[in-house]
Amino acid sequence: MEKLQKFSPEKITSDLLPQKFGRRGMIWTTILVVICCIGAFAYIKQLREGLVVTNMGDYVSWGIYISNFVFFVAISLVGSLITAIFRLANVPWRTPLTRISEIIAVSAITFASLIIIVDMGRPERLVYLFTHGRIQSPIMWDVIVISTYFCISLLLLYITLLPDIKMMIAAKDKLGKPFSKLYRWLGTFWKGTAAQEKIRNKSITIICIVTIPVAFCIHTVTSWLFATTYRPGWDSTNFGAYFVSGAFLVGAGAVVVAMYVFRRVYKLEHYITEMHFDKMGKILVMLALLYLYFNVNEYLVPAFKMRKPEEAHLTGLFAGEFAPLFWFAILVGMIIPILIVVFPKGRKPNAMFVAGVMVVVGAWFKRYLIVTPTLLQPFLPKYDAPARYSHYFPSWEEWAITAGSLAGVLLIITFFARVFPIISIYKTITDQNETEQSS
Amino acid sequence: MENNSTSRRKFLTAGILAGAAVGCSSKKNPFDSYAGDDVKASGETVKLLSVDGEIIEVDKAFLKPVPHMPSVSNDEARKGIAGKKFVMVIDLSRCKNLKKCQSACNHAHHVQEGQNWIKIYPMQDAEMTAPYWQPTTCMHCDEPPCVKVCPVDATFKRQDGIVLIDSDRCIGCRFCMAACPYSTRVFNWGKPDLPEDVANQDYNAETSTPPKKGTVSKCDFCPDMTRMGMLPHCVSACPNGVYFFGDMYEDSVTNGSETFRFSDLVKDKAGYRLMEDLGTKPSVYYLPPVNRNFKFEDGLTKEEPAEKKS
Repeated sequence: MEKLQKFSPEKITSDLLPQKFGRRGMIWTTILVVICCIGAFAYIKQLREGLVVTNMGDYVSWGIYISNFVFFVAISLVGSLITAIFRLANVPWRTPLTRISEIIAVSAITFASLIIIVDMGRPERLVYLFTHGRIQSPIMWDVIVISTYFCISLLLLYITLLPDIKMMIAAKDKLGKPFSKLYRWLGTFWKGTAAQEKIRNKSITIICIVTIPVAFCIHTVTSWLFATTYRPGWDSTNFGAYFVSGAFLVGAGAVVVAMYVFRRVYKLEHYITEMHFDKMGKILVMLALLYLYFNVNEYLVPAFKMRKPEEAHLTGLFAGEFAPLFWFAILVGMIIPILIVVFPKGRKPNAMFVAGVMVVVGAWFKRYLIVTPTLLQPFLPKYDAPARYSHYFPSWEEWAITAGSLAGVLLIITFFARVFPIISIYKTITDQNETEQSS
Repeated sequence: MENNSTSRRKFLTAGILAGAAVGCSSKKNPFDSYAGDDVKASGETVKLLSVDGEIIEVDKAFLKPVPHMPSVSNDEARKGIAGKKFVMVIDLSRCKNLKKCQSACNHAHHVQEGQNWIKIYPMQDAEMTAPYWQPTTCMHCDEPPCVKVCPVDATFKRQDGIVLIDSDRCIGCRFCMAACPYSTRVFNWGKPDLPEDVANQDYNAETSTPPKKGTVSKCDFCPDMTRMGMLPHCVSACPNGVYFFGDMYEDSVTNGSETFRFSDLVKDKAGYRLMEDLGTKPSVYYLPPVNRNFKFEDGLTKEEPAEKKS
C-alpha cells in the first residue's frame, strides 16, 4: 500500500481549509446559478399553467420528474455506503472520501424532496400529507423514510464537521470574515474535550448503524412506488434489491467523479491519492457487476416467459422505441465501466473519472427507462385518448426544471466546499498521528 | 315501462308537489309552508297528478319550483348509501360502438376535450378470435388498487361500493393512475376548459364536477343519479341497452327497459370480470359477445381514421 506522505498539522490545515473561488470557480458557480434560475422560471410557469406545460399524459402520468427523483434518491445512498459501511468495516483509507459522500447525500436527498413536489399537481396541498396522511400508502412510507434519512445525513455531516469548525474558528485570520459568524454559530460550544469527544464518537457510531437500514429503506420504498402496482416491468419482487444495488453503483460513481474534480481543483493530490482511485475502482467494478446481475434477473427472466403484457414492454426495450437508450444505459452505465476499471490501468484517476461519469450518466437514463416505457404499455390498449398521450418526450419546461435540479445539487456541493473543508482536517491529522504511533 | 329519464323526472317533480298538497291538509292554506301568507291566488291553475292517480288543479301562484333534490355535502358523499352495493353489467353482445354512453358521460361530467371516462375498445383477444367492442367504465373494484395507494384519502371507497375522488383533497401525485390496471383515470393537466358558472362552482364529490386543475378524475357511477333513484347517464344514454345497473343486494339490474335478476343474468350468460387474476374484484361484470345484435364492423363507422389508434 502506498504510504501517505507525512505533513505537519499546519501544512494539512492550510491545504485543506476552504479556499475562495478562483476564476474557474466563479464561472462554474455562475453557470450553475443561471441553470437554476432557468429551472425556477420554468417551474413558475408550471405553477401558473399547471402540469399541462409538461408532455406527460394520462398514460405516461409519471415522466422525467419521477425518474429524476429516483436518480436523486439513488445517488444519496452513497452517504451511507462510504461513511457508515466503511466506518463500521473499519476501512482505513475512507477519510478523504467521507465528507464528499456525505454532502452528495445531503444535497441529493434535498433535491429529491423538491423534485417530488415539482411533480405534484397541487403542490400547495403538500401539508395534506401530514394532516390527512394514510399510513397504508407507499408514498407515506417514502415521506417518512426520506425525511428521516435527510435528518440523519445532515446530523452525520454536522457532527463529523465539529472539530473542523473549531479549527476554522481558530484560523480566523487566515479565512477572513465572510463565514466566521456562521462558524461560531455552528460550533462555538465545541471545545474538543475528552468528554465531548467521547459523545461525538459514540454518536457517529450510532448514526452510522442507523443510517444503513434507513438508506436501504429509502430506496426500497422508492422501488415499491413502482413494484406495488401491477404494471409490466414494475411488478417484480426483485425491485428493492435491484434499486438498492443500482443506487450504490451510481453513488460510488458520483463519489469517483467528485473525488477527481476536488482533487484537481483544490490540488489535493497528496490526500486523495491514486491508491484511493484504485480502491474505489475495485468497489465500482464489484457494484457494477452486482447491478448487472440484478438487471439480468429483471429483464431476462420475464423475457424467457414473454407473458403478453411483458412482451410489448420488453421488445420495446430490447429492439423497439427505447432500444438505443436501453443499450446505452446497459453498456455505458455498466459494461464499459466494468471493462475499463477491471484492469489496474483503468483505475488511474483519469480513466476512473471517465468511468465514473459514464456510470452516473448511464444511471440517469436507466431511471428514465424504468419509469416511462412501462407506462406506455398499459393492460388495455391505448385508445379513446388524445394521440399525443401515446408517446412521451419531455417538454423544454421539464428539461429546464430537471437541469435546474441537477445544477442545484452541484451548487449545494460547490457552496459547501467553499465554506467547509471538503476533507476532514481533524481526521486527516489524527489518522496520520495514529499511523505514526503504530509504525 | 317508463324509460325516458326526462319525463320520469317531470313525473317525480309533480309527485312531490302533489304529495305536499295532500300531506299538509291540516293547515288552513295547504301551501303555507312553501309560499308564505302573502301569496295571492292568481286564478290561473295547472293540472297535477296526485299520488292517488287523480288529476287535481292547483293555483299557479302556490307553485314554487322544488329544488331537484338537495345535493349532499362532500362528507356525506364519502359515506355513500347504506344497504346498497351497486353493480354494473355490460352486455358485449349488444354494443355497436355508438359512443352515446361516452358523449352523455362527457357532457354530464364536463370531461375535457380528448379525454374520456368511458372508453370503448376494439378488442381481439387472439388472432383467430372474433373482434368485439368493449366499453369500460371505472370498475369500482372491491379491492381498489387506487384507494390502496392514495396517500391522502382523496380517493375512497363508499359503503355502497362506489369509488369516488375528492378533488378538494387530491394532491395530484398520480399514484392512483399508475396503480389502476384499467387505465380508467384521467388527470386535469391544465386549467379545465369550462363555462364560467361551472368553473366557479365548488367541487362536488358526488357528481365529480367541476373538474379542478391538477387533480385526478374518473367514472363515478353517477352516485347523484342513483341516490335519486335514477340510472347513470351512460345507462340511460345507450339506445342498445348495453349497460345494466342495479343493486347487488336487491339482486336486480336494469338498463331502463329490461330488468333482470342479477345473479341469474350473470349465471345464464356466463358473466365475467376484467383481469380477474389481479384480484381487484371489480363491480363491473361483462357478458360475453355471443349471439350478437350487430356485426363488429357496424361499429367501425364511428371510428375516426387511424390516427386515434396507438
